[in-house]
This record gives sequence, structure tokens and C-alpha cells, in this order.
Amino acid sequence: MAAASPSAAAIEHSRLLSKQHSDGGWGVIPIQSRLGRFTSFDVSEFEPVTGFEEAWKYTPVKLLSTLIDEPLDGSRPQIESSVEGAATVEWVDRGSKRIGEVGKPEDKASANAWSHSSGAWVIDIEKDGGRVDLQRTGSAAPAAGHLVFNAASGSTGTIVLRNVGSAQLAENLEISVGDGAVLTVVTIQDWTAESTQLSSTYATLGRDARLHHLAVTLGGSVVRMTNSTHLAGQGGEAELLGVYFADSNQHLEHQIFVNHDAPNTKSRVNYRGALNGDNARTVWVGDVLIRPSAIGTDSYEENRNLLLSDGGRADSVPNLEIETGDILGAGHASASGRFDDEQLFYLQARGITEDEARRLVVRGFLSGIVQKIHLPDIAEDVERAIDLELGGRAE
Amino acid sequence: MTELQIRDLHVSVQTEQGTKAILKGVDLTVKSGETHAIMGPNGSGKSTLAYTIAGHPKYTVDSGSITLDGEDVLAMTVDARARAGLFLAMQYPVEIPGVTVTNFLRTAKTAIDGEPPAVRSWIKDVKTSMENLRMDPSFAQRNLNEGFSGGEKKRNEILQLELLKPKIAILDETDSGLDVDALKIVSDGVNRARESTDVGVLLITHYTRILRYIRPDFVHVFVEGRIAEEGGPELAERLEEEGYDRFLNNAKVG
Ligand SMILES: Nc1ncnc2c1ncn2[C@@H]1O[C@H](COP(=O)(O)OP(=O)(O)OP(=O)(O)O)[C@@H](O)[C@H]1O
Ligand SMILES: [Mg+2]
Repeated sequence: MAAASPSAAAIEHSRLLSKQHSDGGWGVIPIQSRLGRFTSFDVSEFEPVTGFEEAWKYTPVKLLSTLIDEPLDGSRPQIESSVEGAATVEWVDRGSKRIGEVGKPEDKASANAWSHSSGAWVIDIEKDGGRVDLQRTGSAAPAAGHLVFNAASGSTGTIVLRNVGSAQLAENLEISVGDGAVLTVVTIQDWTAESTQLSSTYATLGRDARLHHLAVTLGGSVVRMTNSTHLAGQGGEAELLGVYFADSNQHLEHQIFVNHDAPNTKSRVNYRGALNGDNARTVWVGDVLIRPSAIGTDSYEENRNLLLSDGGRADSVPNLEIETGDILGAGHASASGRFDDEQLFYLQARGITEDEARRLVVRGFLSGIVQKIHLPDIAEDVERAIDLELGGRAE
Repeated sequence: MTELQIRDLHVSVQTEQGTKAILKGVDLTVKSGETHAIMGPNGSGKSTLAYTIAGHPKYTVDSGSITLDGEDVLAMTVDARARAGLFLAMQYPVEIPGVTVTNFLRTAKTAIDGEPPAVRSWIKDVKTSMENLRMDPSFAQRNLNEGFSGGEKKRNEILQLELLKPKIAILDETDSGLDVDALKIVSDGVNRARESTDVGVLLITHYTRILRYIRPDFVHVFVEGRIAEEGGPELAERLEEEGYDRFLNNAKVG
């Protein structure tokens, strides 16, 4: 656990092999296990959120009571889409079998969104593969949303979701990657400054399926993205990536849960964030569970944060639960460091202006993650957005 | 022909105990093609002089002047000084996560020249300089100074000296922490820069060993914030035998 105050030095736990939550051979999931959380489709079955819960303790829940507790506008939202190749975009009503195949709400906001949405946009990548780009513009009224992304067995596809405009949104996203399919999902949170979003992603991977997921979170006053990925089929691989950039008074939170539940599954979690300005706040929680069924697991998670100024705070909390000794490896690294005056001096002493120096450092730091997704148009978009965040000219 | 002039320079730092005067009247002139060695005991203010020339914000100039070909260096920002032709190879180079050596070098070169270098010749120049300094090509893709050993950081400083081609270079203990072979490699790098660009060099060191590879034209003895004695290369040999006692005693009496 590395809760970094602005001046905290880098903390490393590289390639740590831990058996801190051994099940003692009884096959009983310990009470503190990430799997043990209450789940329900019905919001009324959840206890009130106080902010003291494990799931909520880093979140400014007072600012989110509308999304967590109040009725939401769940009508069919506008979404622009463009489709290449073998893929479809359709609306299904609540009650459709396409909804609820993957996820079951793990917190009250997710259940609230579930209870109020009137249906879901379903994106299917068909066997021959394709790409779908979605642009969703937020609405003024507090809203509930639901999306379903499905990659047919053996398909290769990409789904990009861009979120723009002003929003108060609680939503669920179900991702299903069929046997042998390869799905790349990018979600870009580029909301206006006052927006709030609570987004819950549930993903499940079939046999030898691969999911590459990138979350890019830049805009909004409070944005919380949870991602619960279930490696359910043998040989499945999840690469969960993220970049975020918090300015003054922004709270950007990412909670990831990888559930290794089949033999020879692999996960790589890698999130990087930059913080700039007073009360810039980021939270990253990475829970990895390796169940007794998941022999041969190979798992590694990493989070790095770069504090560009004083007054920001980055929490970085990796957790490993390992219930079988028979794994390839499991490790984590977490580090939060400052971009300090000595670094600035060094770069300036080589002729680089202060603005350029900051841009150089942040771009380099974040773009390494974005490039892993191998979508050049997305990498360009994100780099331009990061430049804008830094107040620099977009090139 | 470039000339760096330092006149009656007084510099202090803010400490918890208040203002502390460190440089107490430094006079020094470094011209193109000249090599000046500065030697002196720990804490005498050598790095302070180097950082003040480069413009580190920690140091306050109380009086005196620094000019480069008549231009007021003290009025320039740190980056403007570098673009004017000053270069500081630091005693403790800073680690910069997220910025690869390649990216950094290109950005610095572009900043200093005011335009991006021609791609093909630049890549070749970088490669050649790295080979000369016996730096493994993998360093190009590593983050700047991150996880570099002490000696590797020093080589990386000299790599920049070779590529950025400053008019006046200040080398702050570039020889400290180098093994015998590395000392030779790094010295060769400095000598190549001297030959190819006529750079004026201000070499801060504790050891005469490096002065056998990089022959200084002048040696200055730095004691308690000022230059206590000046001479030719023979002065360095004498310091090695006698130490700084002579100057320290003088300073106490005076
Ligand atoms: N922030 C500071 N607070 C207190 N003293 C300082 C500060 N910065 C520098 N000094 C003091 O200034 C003096 C000169 O330091 P400087 O680093 O210039 O010495 P130096 O000659 O380079 O020494 P060395 O040979 O050990 O590198 C030292 O006594 C040092 O302790
Ligand atoms: Mg020093």
C-alpha cells in the first residue's frame, strides 16, 4: 500500500510473490476477499453508502449522492456510432437477454444505474471482425446508462467510446469476449469540468480470449471507473491499461479487480496518472485474486503517478490475494513521485523552456501506456488532449 | 571567440539558520579554446559557482556580474542561458522518469539550435557519440538518468556536451566516481569537444588524474568562496603534494 503524499519517495514492490491470504486448503474464500462483496441488481437491497466502506473510502461520496441514491433518467441516450467491418450497434429494451449476461452490480451506484436504465446499447463484433467508434454526449439531467460490448468467438475487434459534454452519469458496461476472440476497448472520459460519472465495467473472458482495455480519464470533477474482469476460461488474457490527468479539484478514481478463475490465465494491469494543481486527487486500487482454479496464473499490476506540483494527492493501493501456490508469477509495483524543481532545472539547463519541460515529462510518462494499445489514431488524440491539459499548444 | 566573464561575484543561499554567504568575490574569465581547472576543498563553493552560472534558483546573487560576450547572463532564465551557449555537466545529474534519452536529446538540440536537427545526420551523430563513450545503444530508449549508475550518468552528461556543442562548458566533478577506463573514455569525449568546437572549459575536480588527460591552461585554487591562487598545470601537482593547508591557514589569518 502506497498512499503517497506529494513529497513521498518512490515505493517499489517489484515482482513480489505473496501468499498473504492463503486459504489453508479449505477452499474457503476469506471474509476480506474482494469476491466477498455484496452484489445485487436491486438498488434497494444495498445499505446506504457512508464513505467508510472498503469500496467507497477514497471517494467523495457526498458529491455523488444524486448518482448513488436518487432516481435517474434511464431513457435511451443519444449515441453516435460509426461502424467498420462486421459489427452492429443496436438498442435493446430492459428485460432483454442481452443485458445481465456478464455483470452483477458490486456497489450501490452500479445497482442504481441498473435499476433505472430502460435498456442498453449493444455493440456486437461479429466473427469476421470490425471496429466501432461511439461518441456519447452527456445530458444535463442525472442519468443512468447501460452498454453491452460483445465479441463473438474467434473475432478480432475494436470498440472506442468517447465521452464528451457535460454529464451526471451512473452506468454499467458489460464486456464479453468469446472463446479465442481478441477485443480492444478504449474509453475516453473527456467531460466538461463540472461533470460527474460513476462507471462500472464488468468483463468476462472465454477460453483463450484476449481483452485489451484502455481507460483515458481527463475531464470531469469526479470520475470513478471500476473494472471487474473475470478470467473465466482457460488461457484467457487481460491487459488493463489506463492513463489519467487530474487538475485542480478533480477527483479521478480507478478501481480494478482481476479475478483469475481458470488455469493458465494472464493479466497485466498498468495505469499511469499525472496530477497538477491544488487538490488534484487520484485514486488507483488494483485488486488481483488468484483462485484455486487458476493454476499457472501469470499476473502483474503496476501503477505510477507523477505529481507535477504541490497540493495534489495520489493514492495507489495494490492488493494481491493468492489462493493457489501453483502459479507462474504474481507481482505488483506502485510508485508516486514528484516532478520536482531539480528535474525542471536539469531540463531547462539544456535549453528547454519550462512549459516544454513539463510537456515532455508528462507526455513521455503517459504515452508509453497509450502506445501499448496499438491504435495510432487514439494515441494521437490522447497526446493532443494531454497537451491541452498542460495548457500547451496542440500540435 | 566567446568570453565568459565573472566579476566580484557574491552569492548566498537561504538556510534554516538564515542567509549564508558562500561566494565572496569571485573573478574569473574563460575564453573559447581555454581550459580552466578549479580545485578546492569540500564546501568551498565550487558547485555553487557552477550552479550560479547555470542559473539554479536556489542561489541568490548579492552582487557582482556574469556576462557572456557582454550579455548579462544573470538577467537570463535558465533555458536562455543554455541557448546562449552555456552548459553545465552536473555533479549529480537528475533522474527524469518518462523521458527517454533519445527524446530528451532531440528536444534539447531543437531548443538550442532553434530548429529541429536534420534527422539522418542527427541519428548518426547520436549513435557515433554513444559508441565513442562506450554507451550501450539500449541507453537511448531508457528514461533519462533513471537507474543509471554514477559513471553512466557522467557519460551521459558528456554525451550531451558533444551533441549540444556549447560555447562554454562547466564540468562539475565529472571525473568523480569514474573507474580508470571510464575516466579515459570521458576525458577523450571532452577532448573531442575541445578539438571540434573550440569550447571553453571550466573543469571542477578534486583529482590531478583527470588533468593528465585533459590538460588545463590554468589552474585556480578555490578556498572559502573565492579564488585564492592561480597558476598553470604545475599548480595542480603541487596541490596534490601539499594539500590546501597553506591556503586555509592564510584564510584564517587573513
Ligand atoms: N541550502 C543550503 N543550506 C546550507 N548550506 C548550504 C546550502 N547549499 C549550499 N550550502 C553550503 O555552501 C557551501 C558550498 O557548497 P558547494 O556545494 O558549492 O561546495 P563544493 O565546493 O562544490 O564542495 P564539494 O567539493 O564537496 O562538491 C557548503 O558549505 C554547503 O554546505
Ligand atoms: Mg561540489
